[in-house]
Amino acid sequence: MQLPQYKTITRLTSEIKGTLEQGFKFETVIGEVSNFKPHYSGHWYFTLKDAGAQISCCMWAGNNKKVNFTPKDGSQIVVTGSITVYPPRGNYQLDITDMKNTGVGDLQVAFEFLKEKLGKEGLFETARKREIRTFPSKIGIVTSPTGAAFQDMISVANRRFPLVELILAPAKVQGEGAAMSIANGIAALNEFPDIDVIIIGRGGGSLEDLWAFNEEITARAVFNSRIPIISAVGHEVDFTISDFVADRRAATPTAAMELVTPDKMKVASALNDFMNNFGAAVSANLSGKKDSVLRFINSPVVKTPVNIIKMNSQKLDLAAMRLDNIMNTNLKDLKNRVNSAILHLKSNDHNRILKKGFVFVTQNDKFIKSSQELRIKDQFQLNFFDGKILIEGNNGKSK
Amino acid sequence: MEKVNSDITAFKIKLERIEEISELLEDQDLDLEQAIKLYEEGMILSQECLKSLQAAEVKITELKNSFNTL
Repeated sequence: MQLPQYKTITRLTSEIKGTLEQGFKFETVIGEVSNFKPHYSGHWYFTLKDAGAQISCCMWAGNNKKVNFTPKDGSQIVVTGSITVYPPRGNYQLDITDMKNTGVGDLQVAFEFLKEKLGKEGLFETARKREIRTFPSKIGIVTSPTGAAFQDMISVANRRFPLVELILAPAKVQGEGAAMSIANGIAALNEFPDIDVIIIGRGGGSLEDLWAFNEEITARAVFNSRIPIISAVGHEVDFTISDFVADRRAATPTAAMELVTPDKMKVASALNDFMNNFGAAVSANLSGKKDSVLRFINSPVVKTPVNIIKMNSQKLDLAAMRLDNIMNTNLKDLKNRVNSAILHLKSNDHNRILKKGFVFVTQNDKFIKSSQELRIKDQFQLNFFDGKILIEGNNGKSK
Repeated sequence: MEKVNSDITAFKIKLERIEEISELLEDQDLDLEQAIKLYEEGMILSQECLKSLQAAEVKITELKNSFNTL
């Protein structure tokens, strides 16, 4: 007689447990939450369902404390977990180790997709990242004109380097059309020939809030900017696609402004250093000159010439005196010679006439040119070519 | 009050000249009269830069919001 083949329920359930638990490990599934019950122990119990089926779920306290939201009945979630079978009740459930909102899940997927795509295209290449000048004249800013981020950047600029000019391209930084608005802002600032750097950014927020900075249109605008760009989105931990494309990432808009401006105090102290150096340089120059002047004055080269000059000045005086004498003597000599020449000329001149038989009459050394001039009573002279005859006038004697 | 030039371009030009003067003054063969002239120029420029640094206020230009897509 053959005994009928059977298994105990326990045996069967054990086999089911083995099969299911081996066969459904780390399954990622999407579903809608229902009957959500957080237990006082911290564990979560609920059902995940879709249009055709449902499954019991649990998530132990140790796992669910890593989830940054609390699911509600009706919300779509993506979970990862493994099937466990509970033999005493003969049921199975999904033991969940990870949970995400599908919204986030979709965005995460989009983020990773775009990151990979642009990365392959070379938009994140470190080789193309440009140096950020830290002594700017003009800083372009793309952000919301009403946001705290903009006010923060203004106050940092005023505190650190108030000479700088900020040019704001006001933009929508979240919601519909934000990415296009940011891209347009970047393009508008690129029209300026003299903007040194552009900061694009906004304050922190949820992934949805920051989404404009994860869009391809923003990424491409950053990539195409002629002017270097600093991406400053959110707080510390948030990374965006524009962070990867930008020439530099700053954790916050405030940090970005600190990055591109020199510290006023440091500039001032550099100026003070310059002024000190100027003084020191001139003093060094002056004392150098003083030393060389002293060396020069005290050198025999200098002392000797002074004596030489003194001696030579005496010689010069003597020479001058001699020159004076020579000149005087020569002048007198010259005068005499001229006078005698004149006399000679004079005498030679009339002698030629006199030799022809003429006589001229002088009285008191004056030529008598007419009979009227001659005072017959006084002495006068007859001048011949070979001598003169003095004629006594008939003064006192009647004629 | 004394008028302070807070123009960044003027500031940068002055700063460049200050750096240049600093180099020129290093030359100990420099004519003393020249050195004193450069010193005066450098001091004046430095003082002007300090003043404009203290007195300046950030200039803000806001572009027209013409590129919003809404």
